[in-house]
Order: sequence, then C-alpha cells, then structure tokens
Amino acid sequence: MCSAPEQTAELPAGTDLTKESVLVGKVTSGGSPVGGAYVRLLDGTGEFTAEVVASATGDYRFYAAPGTWTVRALSRSGNGQTEVAVGGPGLFTNEVQVA
Amino acid sequence: MSRQDALVSADWAEQNLDAQNTVFVEVDEDTTAYDGGHIPGAVKLDWKTELQDQVRRDFVDKAGFEKLLSSKGIGNDDTVILYGGNNNWFAAYAYWYFKLYGHDAVKLLDGGRKKWELDGRKLDTEVPQRAQTSYTAKEQDTSIRAFRDEVVNAIGTKNLVDVRSPDEFSGKLLAPAHLPQEQAQRGGHIPSALNVPWSKAANEDGTFKSDDELRKLYEDEGLDSSRPTIAYCRIGERSSHSWFALHELLGETDVKNYDGSWTEYGSLIGVPVELGDGKSS
Repeated sequence: MCSAPEQTAELPAGTDLTKESVLVGKVTSGGSPVGGAYVRLLDGTGEFTAEVVASATGDYRFYAAPGTWTVRALSRSGNGQTEVAVGGPGLFTNEVQVA
Repeated sequence: MSRQDALVSADWAEQNLDAQNTVFVEVDEDTTAYDGGHIPGAVKLDWKTELQDQVRRDFVDKAGFEKLLSSKGIGNDDTVILYGGNNNWFAAYAYWYFKLYGHDAVKLLDGGRKKWELDGRKLDTEVPQRAQTSYTAKEQDTSIRAFRDEVVNAIGTKNLVDVRSPDEFSGKLLAPAHLPQEQAQRGGHIPSALNVPWSKAANEDGTFKSDDELRKLYEDEGLDSSRPTIAYCRIGERSSHSWFALHELLGETDVKNYDGSWTEYGSLIGVPVELGDGKSS
C-alpha cells in the first residue's frame, strides 16, 4: 500500500510497539493545533526521510528506527522543528511549534 | 527536453487556469486530498484505481488508457498540467505514464500541491464537468520503462540509481518512514546501485533544484553519463520523480524507470541482493 495513511492520534490496529518505533505528535502555534501543515522527518544527518500532511487537529505519525530525528513542519502560520531521540521500539510523543 | 518544456511555475499556472486546450490534473498519494480542495478546474486521476490494472500487477493497457482519458475529457491536443501531493511523487509517476503512452504535451507544476497550498493560492471543491473525448494513445514507449530481466542484466554495467532513503537502501527499512513496514520479502538493494534519494532533487517547498545543482548531485554520487541509467524505488513513483530530473530536466538520453522496483526485485528468488550503504566495497 502507498495511499497516505490518515494522520490520527490513535495508532492503527496492528501496530506492534514492542517492535516498531513510532513517533507521534502535534503541530501547534501559540498553544493551538495547526491543521494541514507539511511535516517532514529528517534523519540524524539532516537528510529527508518522509513527509506527511498533519490532520485537521495537527496530528502526525512516523514509523522510524532507533536514532536521532528532526521533525520539521512547514505551514502557512510559519515553520518550526524539534529533535527526537529514539532509543528503541515504543511510542515517542513530541510537539512542533511553528511561528 | 528542458526545464521550460517540462515544468510550469505556480505563477504561470495561476495565470493559465482557463487557458485553451490546457487541462490541470491532480494525482495524489492521498487520493482523498482532491475532494477537500483542488486547483480550480482540475480533474482528478486516481493512480491506484485508474492507472493500475485491477487484477494483474501492471498498468491499464492502451485501450484502458484511451477509455480513461476520454472519460476525463482529455483530448489528444490538450496540454496536461500534472500536480499532486508528496512533492509530486505521483504526479511525476503520471507524467512518466503519459509519456509512456505517447502524450507529449504534458508538464509538471513545480512544487505541486505543497507549494500551491503554502503560497495560499486558491483551492476549489467544485468538480469540473468536461465533455467526453475520443482519445487515442500510442503503443507503450518501452525506451523509458525497464523490466526485471533488464535490471538483473544491468548489474555492474548500467547506472542503477536507487532513489529510496538510505535506511531503505541499506535494508534497515522496507518502506518509507511514514508508512507501516510491509511489502517486499527481503530488504536491501540491487548490487552496484548508487543511492541518490529522490528528495535530494527537491527543495523543501517541493520545487525541483536547479539544473546545475541536479547535475552536481548525480555527478558527485558517481553517475556515469556515458552509460544508460535505470532508476528504481519501492513501487516506481519516487523513481519517476528522479527519472523526471534526469531525463526531462537534465536531458540524459537513455534513462528508464523500473516500476516493478523493490517490491518486485526484493521478492524475486535467486537474484543477488546487497545490504549496507554500498560504499564499503
């Protein structure tokens, strides 16, 4: 499959957090969610890895691997980014503030 | 080919929405994106249900493509402007597909849906009604499409360009990081392939990098311009983006897209597979 999965706060059925490293989070501006931002996952060298469009409530989700990642959001309200360290399988929650 | 023949800017598009014999077509990874708002007057193409045969793993045949374009109201004399989400992945795929069936007057909107949205340009939910046409396609131009046997024979002789992310290339991941991990039976890459991720050809806003930047990118990664090139990814859409950069923007003459890509190659029995970053040997 390659149709873009819906970006929801709830994980899709079948996600195995004992095996997968899942990054979930929200794009916000001044504390309020920003919907429809372009959210990019960059690897430890700054190289592009993946991009999703955040849901109307600003949610995004990536399936990553252990390592250091940058989550960068582009929106009409501005851009922003945050770093996330993934040590192993599990759920990693973060937030990107745009301004 | 050159940039002027293959790409249009968002400014140009905005000024030519109602131009004669010009049809805007949206092709997305997220096939529902169009319904939430699209470039005014644009029609939608669903890469999965309309461009793929629904039984065999292949494209719709010539008659099927003719029927599809006729029903969309696209004529042989129309210039088709393609755009879509995810940095034009599927729009580039559709571009290559239109070329495959001989539709020469096709261009890509630079930056696609992302730049259009980030620029705050107008989106519309009205679905245009276009009169049925009688479209005639040509036989597939297989000079731009590679099949598996050719790919296996190309190991060590042609440029193989793997345009997936480094983690997919090395075998660590089997799919892009925004998708659940599934698909091909084995991870890794085709031996002798260069890893030039498609994303290196694009700017953050989804537009293509300049010709000079693109030329330097492929030269630095070791692409030998005197040899034919085959690009591949996982299912052939990201490699359409790189095929576009190499063949349409840089004018490299012998470049094919291997649409079977890793989901086919990584499931074949008996073929060589290499792991790692490909740089140690």
